[in-house]
Amino acid sequence: MKNIYKSFTYILLLIGTLTYAQQTPANKQDASILITGATIHIGNGEVIQNGAVGFENGKITYVGTTEGATSGTYKQIVDASGKHVYPGFIATNASLGLAEIDAVKATRDFDEVGTFLPHIRSIIAYNAESKVVESMRPNGVLMAQTTPRGGTISGTSSVVQLDAWNWEDAAIKIDDGIHINWPSAYQQGRWWLGEDPSFKPSKTYSKRVDEVADFFHNASTYLKGGQKEKNLQFAALKKLMEGEQKLYIHAGREKEIVDAVNWAVKTGISNLVIVHGNEAASVTDLLKKHNVSVLVPRPHRLPWAQDDDVLGPFKLAKNLSDKGILVAIEMEGQMERMNTRNLPFYAGTYAAHGLDKEKAVQMITLNAAKILGIDDFAGSLETGKDATLFISKGDALDMRTNIVEHAFIQGRTLSLETHQTTLHKRYMKKYNNK
Amino acid sequence: MLFLLAVFGFLNLSAQKYFPKNDGIKTKNDNYIAFTNAKIHITPTQVIENGTLLIKDGKVVSSGSSLTVPTNAIKIDLNGKHIYPSFIEIYSNFGITTPKRSFNFNRRPQLDATRKGYYWNDHITPEINGLDKLKFDNKKSAELVKAGFGVVNTHFQDGIIRGTSALVALNSNDGNDVRILNGKAAQHLSFRKGNTSQQSYPTSLMGAMALLRQVYHDAKWYSKGGATTTDRSLDAFNKNKNLPQIFDAGSMVNSLRADKIANEFGVNYIIKGGGDEYARIKEVKNTNARYIIPIDFPAAYDVSNPLNEGLVELKDMRHWNQAPTNPKVLADNGVSFALTTTGLKKVSSFKNNLMNAIKHGFDKTKALEALTTVPAKMLGQSNLIGSLKNGSIANFLISSGDIFDKNSTLYENWVQGHKNVINDMNLKDISGEYDLKIVGNTYKLKLSGKPGKLKSELKKDSLKMDSKVTYKDGWINLIYIPFDEKEKRFVRLKAVVNESDNFTGSGSLASGMPVSWSAVKKPTKDSAKDEKKKANKKVEDIEVLPVSFPNTAYGLSEKASQETILFRNATVWTNEAEGILKSTDVLVKNGKIVNIGANLTDSNARIIDATGKHLTAGIVDEHSHIAAAAINEAGHNSTAEVTIEDVVSDDDINIFRNLSGGVTSIQILHGSANPIGGRSAVIKLKWGESADKLINPNADPFIKFALGENVKQSRSSNGIRFPQTRMGVEQVFVDYFQRAKEYDVEWKNYNKLSKKAKARTKAPRYDIEMETLAQILNKERFVSCHSYVQSEINMLMKVADRFNFNINTFTHILEGYKVADKMKEHGVAGSTFSDWWAYKYEVNDAIPFNAAIMHSQGVLTAINSDDREMSRRLNQEAAKTVKYGGVSEEDAWKFVTLNPAKMLHLDDRIGSVKVGKDADLVLWTEHPMSIYAKAEKTMIEGAIYYDLDKLPEMMESIQLERNKLINMMLKAKNKGMKTQAPKTKKKVELHCDTLIYQQ
Repeated sequence: MKNIYKSFTYILLLIGTLTYAQQTPANKQDASILITGATIHIGNGEVIQNGAVGFENGKITYVGTTEGATSGTYKQIVDASGKHVYPGFIATNASLGLAEIDAVKATRDFDEVGTFLPHIRSIIAYNAESKVVESMRPNGVLMAQTTPRGGTISGTSSVVQLDAWNWEDAAIKIDDGIHINWPSAYQQGRWWLGEDPSFKPSKTYSKRVDEVADFFHNASTYLKGGQKEKNLQFAALKKLMEGEQKLYIHAGREKEIVDAVNWAVKTGISNLVIVHGNEAASVTDLLKKHNVSVLVPRPHRLPWAQDDDVLGPFKLAKNLSDKGILVAIEMEGQMERMNTRNLPFYAGTYAAHGLDKEKAVQMITLNAAKILGIDDFAGSLETGKDATLFISKGDALDMRTNIVEHAFIQGRTLSLETHQTTLHKRYMKKYNNK
Repeated sequence: MLFLLAVFGFLNLSAQKYFPKNDGIKTKNDNYIAFTNAKIHITPTQVIENGTLLIKDGKVVSSGSSLTVPTNAIKIDLNGKHIYPSFIEIYSNFGITTPKRSFNFNRRPQLDATRKGYYWNDHITPEINGLDKLKFDNKKSAELVKAGFGVVNTHFQDGIIRGTSALVALNSNDGNDVRILNGKAAQHLSFRKGNTSQQSYPTSLMGAMALLRQVYHDAKWYSKGGATTTDRSLDAFNKNKNLPQIFDAGSMVNSLRADKIANEFGVNYIIKGGGDEYARIKEVKNTNARYIIPIDFPAAYDVSNPLNEGLVELKDMRHWNQAPTNPKVLADNGVSFALTTTGLKKVSSFKNNLMNAIKHGFDKTKALEALTTVPAKMLGQSNLIGSLKNGSIANFLISSGDIFDKNSTLYENWVQGHKNVINDMNLKDISGEYDLKIVGNTYKLKLSGKPGKLKSELKKDSLKMDSKVTYKDGWINLIYIPFDEKEKRFVRLKAVVNESDNFTGSGSLASGMPVSWSAVKKPTKDSAKDEKKKANKKVEDIEVLPVSFPNTAYGLSEKASQETILFRNATVWTNEAEGILKSTDVLVKNGKIVNIGANLTDSNARIIDATGKHLTAGIVDEHSHIAAAAINEAGHNSTAEVTIEDVVSDDDINIFRNLSGGVTSIQILHGSANPIGGRSAVIKLKWGESADKLINPNADPFIKFALGENVKQSRSSNGIRFPQTRMGVEQVFVDYFQRAKEYDVEWKNYNKLSKKAKARTKAPRYDIEMETLAQILNKERFVSCHSYVQSEINMLMKVADRFNFNINTFTHILEGYKVADKMKEHGVAGSTFSDWWAYKYEVNDAIPFNAAIMHSQGVLTAINSDDREMSRRLNQEAAKTVKYGGVSEEDAWKFVTLNPAKMLHLDDRIGSVKVGKDADLVLWTEHPMSIYAKAEKTMIEGAIYYDLDKLPEMMESIQLERNKLINMMLKAKNKGMKTQAPKTKKKVELHCDTLIYQQ
């Protein structure tokens, strides 16, 4: 058994040293694997000590105690005693694969020109071979919602797994939702034009909200049929209006959230998710009433105002979770693509400030899957679901112990090498050979 | 009501004796004017109770209680009215247009001055005389006169050195020959560059400060004949040296900055403050400077919409509440100051605001002094203005009573012997109750208010009728709609007011029929009773909330103080040979760590049970940009002359937020706008202390350099400044160091000369920039260099080698792992990010293993933030090096404590838990690098500046105070007081590459 394990890791190392830059996506799972002796984090808040996970043909076949597993039926056994197994972490509202180098315009593909862009689809620009994307895997981030930015309706997102030859292979849910940047109720003067840089109530807020409502009204009228010429923008809302897509409304302030939810309800949109939700904790009753889930921002941000709770940003997930809101973590913000690999530590930081540790895990696994609508095949370690999971040396929410030793997507054994590990080895070799 | 300003030319001053006259005969009016029976305020403290003021030819001849009035004097009996010297507006741009800023972003930056024969920087214009630009502004003059002002000191408000001001009497009768009292009254300075020229430098407050210093050095050098060419700016600056120097600081913090420069060059600035001096009154008092103080108190924020109340920060609410106490606080602390109308949207609101300050306890005598004797003295014109001493200009006010009494009326403002009527004092007071008789009806007419603002109330029995009265030029006009008039037509009545208390007049009825009418005054009620009633009326409660340090949310009512503290039973991360000690006590006394061991005791110590907790040295951030009012001086490719120490901000909330993450010391680095940046400020995060006390006095001097994309302006579409390539970057360094070397030699040779020889030799020019660079060459100042790719890292080490010094630290240094061996050889440290990459091209090869690799090759390694958010979780960032590269936990922890302390040459005092070192300690809830750890107590030099347990209490008090102020502002709004829209005042956030001009 040990030999199998050794040869297995040897192959992995070999792949790592032979290739430079992009790693070769793994082959289909051809041998069944059983991971034993580990602390199993199911993703639904439950933990199995000394547990085992088995999978075959890309699907999970066993989750339970090590004792209860029929180890003889598996071709490969991975002894993970003292280690932890997690479902692959899921980054929501990310823009992975849509830009390679933030400051180089030629590599930026996330922000299209225009205001109402539901027809703009992120999936076709998703760069499956991005060096930034491959750097997710060694931290356990194995799936992501890749989302356009900009505009009032920024476009349509898709969910991808992070080990693929191309976007088509990467997609696990195409066109999962449409994103609205809800008009800001407050605005800042353009100081570079000599305006007062203060934040004030926006004078154009209601006008811009009306424009959103008008657009949807026109679209739903259009969708009733009768027009001769096709309108691509309106047509792109079809699945949403039919309840087959989610609507993600990016809004932070209390006023914006309430207005957005009330508008969506009135418009007949039931699959609603609030993204950001900085002040969502003060309107949880409304959110619960309409079954609205929230994608909270990265806790690694500063309080909005000087008077705010110094530790406020760290507490948002707990405050919402305690009220029974379904919460996951979203990625938008400074250097968001490269920072997406810090997703586990965002969850950990929320846990440091009162959220139960397993609930923190749940936020970036099953909760995220539920919100994205992929929980029928991903998000937790349950039989029949995709074998998208990883083994960490210790607590994966803590940077000291988030040491990913093996990772699998749909049962495929991933390379954990990256552009960065390659450079690490290259230069350590240089120094060691001196 | 329209403001009536009539001017009567009592005296003819305009024609000079030697001027020809062709419009009449050359006669002279030699009469005096005597104001008798007046209470004359010669100065705020010297008062003649019942005296006579005698003026002639626009000047005060004499005054006294038993004055002999010459026969050829026109006598004006003032009947007990008051005479005051009129006010002085010492800070103004009266009649001088201030250029507006133009915004054009496609414009290429203007790097050099546009002028020849003047200073090298367009914003230094001491040669400008405000007088040359003055166009007497009659409208503005009338406004000021109405507010009680008689003279104004006006200058061109543009640029850093703005030239001289003119002292102008607000005399619209005569010409400049008479009303210009002084053509060069003062020299004006500021920190704000002008709009006249688009020259880029300086782009920052610290650049402006450095530039001012250089001007002082250059002026001295120029005066000793150092220059070979003529410089009209420096020439003028030297000539203006003996004038009063008025500095527009504009805020309390900038006042302290201006004072710092004044002290360095032995000048006395008269500083125009910001009205927020009360927030740090001790520091303001300690400047010993004289001030010009605006009273543009902010209006209450309109918080009637609860959705928007969150926009207004506590500090701004407080300022609304506290600002009216500013004059009182200054006066109570013995600060000498004049008042100004500057900042007021309308001059007419000056009196209201002043009355408000008086209501808040500002002494009336001090108020009068601040408008008369103090500004007169500041301008060195006490013999001419600000008092009514013999020989003074006849600028005075006639008031019905105490000039600062709410009920007093200001009648006249005389300027240079010309009368300006503000309220007609001859207008008889006709207020009272009358029986109005008209076509058989008798109505009750009540007239109330001052003569200029008379109001009417007309009743038939108890039935009120719409009515309006006007009273002007000795006529009373009354219109009203009679009670029985159905078509809402008016009755219009008129009458002349004469000696009698009653009126008889004519008019028209609603129908248009002519009519005559009369009104008979009823005996007045006992007014003494009214007065008493008024006096008994409770004085309005004024609640002023206390100031905190700093005066913002989370500010401290009392500054943190050193304690004797015994941490009991902690896990102590010593960062020393002892490693991590379990169950250990640490005793802190007098700001130092005095004992580490088991079972320590100290009877005076407060014991903190640290069982299950971890005690470490405070985190040191080698690369921070918080707590600064400016970060980049981007105007030149080398700005070694600027220093962040000039612009440390003690009220940045990020100081407190950093404390919440266990940070105790930071290096505030200049940004990366240019290869040779500015000097650093190494500070301790002593929240509550003033900026100068944050600066660590034990720190060695440092300077920021930068390489790569930022300095070559890679993301600027109109970058034209040298260098635009890495090749050019090298040459910038070589060029500057070569010049610095030669500069240093030149001075060393000069300093070697004997006294006699020195007297015969011209001293070299003192150049702050070169001085700074020479310090680097002489190993007295140390370089922390922003760097990314290996080629440039290697280059800078080679340049340093060539000039025989060492780079102290490479910061960012994301490709340090590629040249770790060379870095080790050079002896340079590496202060890097844990895992940042992919944000620009030059970090394409940045890897999170960088710290581990550099560390493995013996390079002194640290993890820094360069980010106000990341800086408060550097413990997590250190922990990442355990994940990426397998650094041991003890070593990883040193990356954010001992190692950066070493880089800053402070490891003899901070960075580890060792007896004798500063008690800069953090108590963590658990393993400090655990993702679950929180800083529980953050201590600097034995004083606790952050306490997690006290946070809820602080937040509650913020909420309570906000609630109180919100209610106060709602009340103010309901009372009809002016409000302003709610907003969050945002400063532009500063990053490494923030390039805007920062005030």
